[in-house]
Formats: sequence, structure tokens, C-alpha cells
Amino acid sequence: MKVSLFITCLSDAIYPRVGEAMLRILAKYGVRLDFPTVQTCCGQPAFNSGYWDAARESARTIMEAFEDSDFVISPSGSCTGMIHHYPKLFENDPVMRAKAEALQAKSYEFTQFLVGVLGVTDVGASFPHKVTYHPSCHGSRLLGIKDEPMALMQNVKGLEFVPLPFAEDCCGFGGTFAVKMADISGAMVSEKVDHVKETEAEVLVGLDLACLMNIAGNLRYRGESVRVMHLAELLAEGAKLA
Amino acid sequence: MSAKTAAGTVKERAELALNDEFLRKAVKFTTERLRNGKKNASAEHGNWDEWRERGRQIRLHTIAHLDYYLNLFVENARANGVHVHFADTGADAVKIALEVARRKQAKTVVKSKSMVSEELHLNHALEGIGVEAIETDLGEYIIQLAGETPSHIVIPAIHKNRYQIADLLSEVAGEKLEADTTVLAGFVRKKLRENFLEADIGMTGCNFAIAETGSMVLFENEGNARMVTTLPKTQITLMGMERIIPSFRDLEVMATLLPRSATGQRMTMYMSAITGPRRTEDADGPDEMHIIIVDNGRSLQLGDPEFQELLNCIRCGACLNACPVYRHIGGHAYGGTYSGPIGAVLTPALNKNVAEWDDIANASSLCGACYEACPVKIPLHDMLIYLRRRKVEKGHGNKLEGAGMKGFAAVMGNAKRFRAALKMGQLGQKLVVRDGGIRTKLGPLKGWNSYRVTPSLPKHTFRQSFATLDQEIREGLKEMSPDIRARMEAAVKNRGNAGQGGGHGHG
Repeated sequence: MKVSLFITCLSDAIYPRVGEAMLRILAKYGVRLDFPTVQTCCGQPAFNSGYWDAARESARTIMEAFEDSDFVISPSGSCTGMIHHYPKLFENDPVMRAKAEALQAKSYEFTQFLVGVLGVTDVGASFPHKVTYHPSCHGSRLLGIKDEPMALMQNVKGLEFVPLPFAEDCCGFGGTFAVKMADISGAMVSEKVDHVKETEAEVLVGLDLACLMNIAGNLRYRGESVRVMHLAELLAEGAKLA
Repeated sequence: MSAKTAAGTVKERAELALNDEFLRKAVKFTTERLRNGKKNASAEHGNWDEWRERGRQIRLHTIAHLDYYLNLFVENARANGVHVHFADTGADAVKIALEVARRKQAKTVVKSKSMVSEELHLNHALEGIGVEAIETDLGEYIIQLAGETPSHIVIPAIHKNRYQIADLLSEVAGEKLEADTTVLAGFVRKKLRENFLEADIGMTGCNFAIAETGSMVLFENEGNARMVTTLPKTQITLMGMERIIPSFRDLEVMATLLPRSATGQRMTMYMSAITGPRRTEDADGPDEMHIIIVDNGRSLQLGDPEFQELLNCIRCGACLNACPVYRHIGGHAYGGTYSGPIGAVLTPALNKNVAEWDDIANASSLCGACYEACPVKIPLHDMLIYLRRRKVEKGHGNKLEGAGMKGFAAVMGNAKRFRAALKMGQLGQKLVVRDGGIRTKLGPLKGWNSYRVTPSLPKHTFRQSFATLDQEIREGLKEMSPDIRARMEAAVKNRGNAGQGGGHGHG
């Protein structure tokens, strides 16, 4: 069976170590991730800003890249969520729409695949640190990813979990929103970081690199030393796969 | 409409709010209380999602057959002795209300809270013909004293704290009132009692209109709507044309959803169903009753597959309380009568003026908290994107952004160009990276870097490292267990049966 990695631009360009962590964790269960190099971005920045012609260019590329994959796994609930919008993008084109629906059906965020499909909740990791978790909006609200990361973290030895106050509030990223409405976005991320600090956690984990980049950026701006990681990185490091 | 009177852009108005510590504190305090109340009330209900779906289905059905149910409602209301009027526009509705006021030679009108009245700016129009309009909902009364507009659909004075309110009321009282909620509410209660007794006309909004009986139903907590609908001789009800539900059985669902969503209450304090003016055997009630059914842009949504569901809204305000943007900027920043996520969609949709309203749709991070909070599941986060798209399609897009998106399409439509762009980034960043981060506040990074440090690009992208990694992975690849293989096969097999998204999807 062909299990393909949909790396997403942020992981490709800025956080390649997250893709690497996914490769190593899944290899442990006999899953080799294929990587179609023709993939680009999911098209979300254009889609969310209203430029659907541009978004369709991206979507076509992604649909072609994964045409013969059986599973398409990404490190982002938001980018996988974008694939869920493809049928709407091609609503007036029955052929492309059917292809979009087929891609949607086989697309998974990393923990959805690891827990939901493979049935893995314990990767044999140990991570003796105080950890808090930010549930990204698109993953948790639109894809319903809530229990998967919790189950994975519960089984990490030594991990002390501290709930994040107002965890479900958006971190303020929102794509071009962070640029267009910079001060509102800034107020949101500043409040998020206040809450992260309240937990006194050493590590903040999440499942979406855009949100993590946003929060990490504000932490660094304020000179805070909280470490920010994707859950895949934490698991790979904890299982000594890194 | 009010858009034209609201100064500046959303960004400018948001700036004012962001610099107003009192406002931000007050809004955070109350929205937190309300959303926690809602969370507890819906958890305690035990079957919330099923009832949300019931509510959604009732609203979908009613709006799909709105012509039928409106007719039925009007026939029944007229049979009950109500004068029913239709108003295409806000101006028409105002004209009808003023005519009634003139004919009755009214001096004062007491009002219970009505967002439609706010939408029509009716108080202003009444003043214009020398009629004093007095708001009797406590929050609305405060707002009227302050000369402001409501900043929340349910809690009009949410942006004010009790000290600011005490100052406003002390002026009316002519003495210093203690900033104690019981004292302040007690003062208003006494003051308004005189107004209820003197008023010529009582004016209300309408939460639900029951088609099968021609009744209109009001939800309230202060009892002022009961006073407004029983004491004055003439009653005028302003009603958005979409307020209809078919029957009292449907009201049960709405009465379950609305108070829990709005304030976390299991029941509203008063729920009044009013079926026509006073009959001879009634002890009280108005002698004459008017219902003005207002369109004002609502019917534009009918038949629009992307926006028709907007008419399902039951005005509970849950989306405002859940919204992280509203939390920081309050309601006035939205610039229209309706604020928060519902306002950001409703205002442009009612006005059909894409150019003017574009920036409101941009004041959202599309986090979906509004959709999750909505008791009738209106996909506001999707509608915000549709508004942005319509703006672009009509040629009102930002020129620079449009050019950028053309570039985006060229790069993202082709992996070779994407690779080249990444390479360019790796080289170009050398000019700005210091200590592993980018801190410059030039150009497009100004807003972002005013709150953050941008990470630098690592030496190699994932795609540059994949071949080496893959080699290593292949060599150490464990054999797949039969259990995992079976699970993967089952997942592929079940996709066809589980509908869209293979059972791991949306919602």
C-alpha cells in the first residue's frame, strides 16, 4: 500500500525535522512514507483570501501528486483541512470534484493516521518534561482531532501534562490575517503566550506548524525559553528515533 | 446604513478598542462568563448535539418554505386582530412605524430590546417627529443614555464596567449612585416604572413568530418586555421576516437552544407568547397591535446556496462570546448594527455592498469557534471566505495582494518553480537573518515582526534531504505486523461506505 507524505510548505521549508520525525515513527510500524516531489502548497493562503483561481492551481498540483496514493499523511490539521475544501473548489466540475472527494477520503493528519488507522497510542517514548498542548483550531474543530494527541501523550513515560488555560482559543495566526490585521493577531498571540507561561511548562506541543511558528515567534520576541515542538518531534525524540 | 456612519476601517476601529483597557477587560470578563455558562448548560443538557441538529433542521425547513409559513403566520395574525405590515426596506419600516405613532398622537414610546429597531435607527426617526423613545432593557437603557449603539446582540452594554454605568446613571439621578449592581438596577427599575405607565406606544422585537397560531414570542430576563406589551394602549412589533417557526412544538426546541446558548440559562426568566391585541375577557394588553415584517436585505439570501443559512440565525450571540477576535476588539469595531462573527457576515450580506464591507470579512482568523458555538450550526467561518472570494471576483480585491496571488499560483502550480522559490529564500534570507531569526520590521514583515521573531530557513529543505533519509529508512524498516496491515486495508475498504471524508472528516 502506498502511504504518501504531504509535507506542507512550512515543514518543507522551515521545519524539515518534523517530516523526518514522521518518517522515523511510521517506519517503526513498517510504514515507509513515499514522497511525491511534484507536490507544492495546499493552496490555503489563496483560498482563504478569496483567490480561488490561484487556489485551484495549487489544488490541481496536490491532486495529481497524490493520485495513486492510498493514504496521504500531513503534519498539519489545517493543510489536511484545506484538502477537505477541494470538493467545494471544484463544485462546478464533476470530474475534478470526484477526484477531490477521493483525495479528501484518503487524507489524514499525522495523529489521525497513527492512532485512528494504525491503532498506535504508545510509541515507546519517554520524555521527562512538563508539557502543555495547544489544540489548533482547524485540526480540532474541523477535523475533530481531540483524543488522538491526548492518547499519545498519556503513554509517554515521564511526561507531565499541564492543561493550557483557554486552550481552544485561536493563537491568532489565521494566515494572511496575521499580516492584514496584525494588531488583532498580535493581541491574540500575546494572550496565548500569557497562558502558556501560566502553565510553567517547559515544552509546548501542537499539531500545526503555522500555529506553532506563530506562538514560538512571540515567545522568542519576549525572550521566553519555552521549547516549541510538533508532537511528532516529541515522540521521535522520546523514542530515541531522532 | 450604519456602515456609512461608522468611521474608518475595521482596522482603525479595532485599534481604538485594543488601546482601551477598560473595554477589553469588560468584554473579556462578560464573554468568558457567558461562554462558560453556555458550555456548562449544554453539557448538563446531555444531548446537545442532537438538539442542535433538530434546531438546524427546523430552521432549514422553515427558511426553505418561508413563503408558505410567512403567509400562514400573517393570515393567523390578521385573524387574531393584528394589523400586519410588510416593509421591503428599512426606510419603509420606519415610515410605517412613524405613521402609527402620528395617528396615535404619541408622545412617548417605551421599547423592549430589538436589534431590528437598531438596524432601522428607529429611535432617531421617532425623535425627528417629536416622539420620545425610551429603551427599557437595562443594557439598552445604559447605551441610550451614553448615546451609543449596542456592542453585542444580547448584552448591548457589554463594553462598559459598573463604574462607568454608575457615572451615567448618577447623572440621571442627580445624585451619586453607588457602583453596586443591585443599587443601579433598582434605580432604573423605579425610574422606568413611570415611563411604562405614561407611554402611548409599546414597541418590541420578536424572537420567534409561530406560523400555526399567528403568535409572536419574546424571550427576556427583566420583565420589561411584559410591561411594554401590557401597559401601553398600542403595541408595535418589529420582526425580521425570517423569525418564523412553524409551530409551538418547534418552539420547545428553540426555547431549549436559545437561553442556553445566549447566557447559559436553562430557561429564560420570561417567555411571553402574544396572540393578538387585548380581548374583552383579558385584564390587560394593548387595544391595537401592529406587526411590521421587515425584509431589508434578508430576502437577498433566499436561493443563495452559500448564504441562505444566514437566515437560520436565532440571535443568541453565542458566536460573539466564543470569538477570539470579538474578545479583543468588542462590537463597535465591526461598524455595523450586528457585531462579531454573525455581524461580519450578516452586515455585508444584507447590504450587498462588497467594496465597502470587505475589511470586515478580513477581521477573522477563520478559527471556527463561531461555528462550534452556533446552536443551529451556521458555517460562518466558510461564509467569511465566500465573502472574501466575492469581493475578489467583483474586482474589489487589493491590487498588491492580487498580484501576489498570481505569483502564488505560478509557483504553487509547478514544483520546479516551488523549488526555485525555496532556493531563493535560502539565499535571500542571508541579508536579514541575525542569530537564527529575522527581526526586521520592513515591508510586509512589519506587522508580524512587531510581535514575533520570524524563524530563519534551515540549510536544507525537507525535499533536499528526503533521498538520504529515505535510504536510511528503507534499510531499517521494520516488518509490518498483520494487525496493522489489516487495519490499513480495512480503512481503505471502509472509505466507500462511510461517505465523504472516510469517517475522519469535517464537523
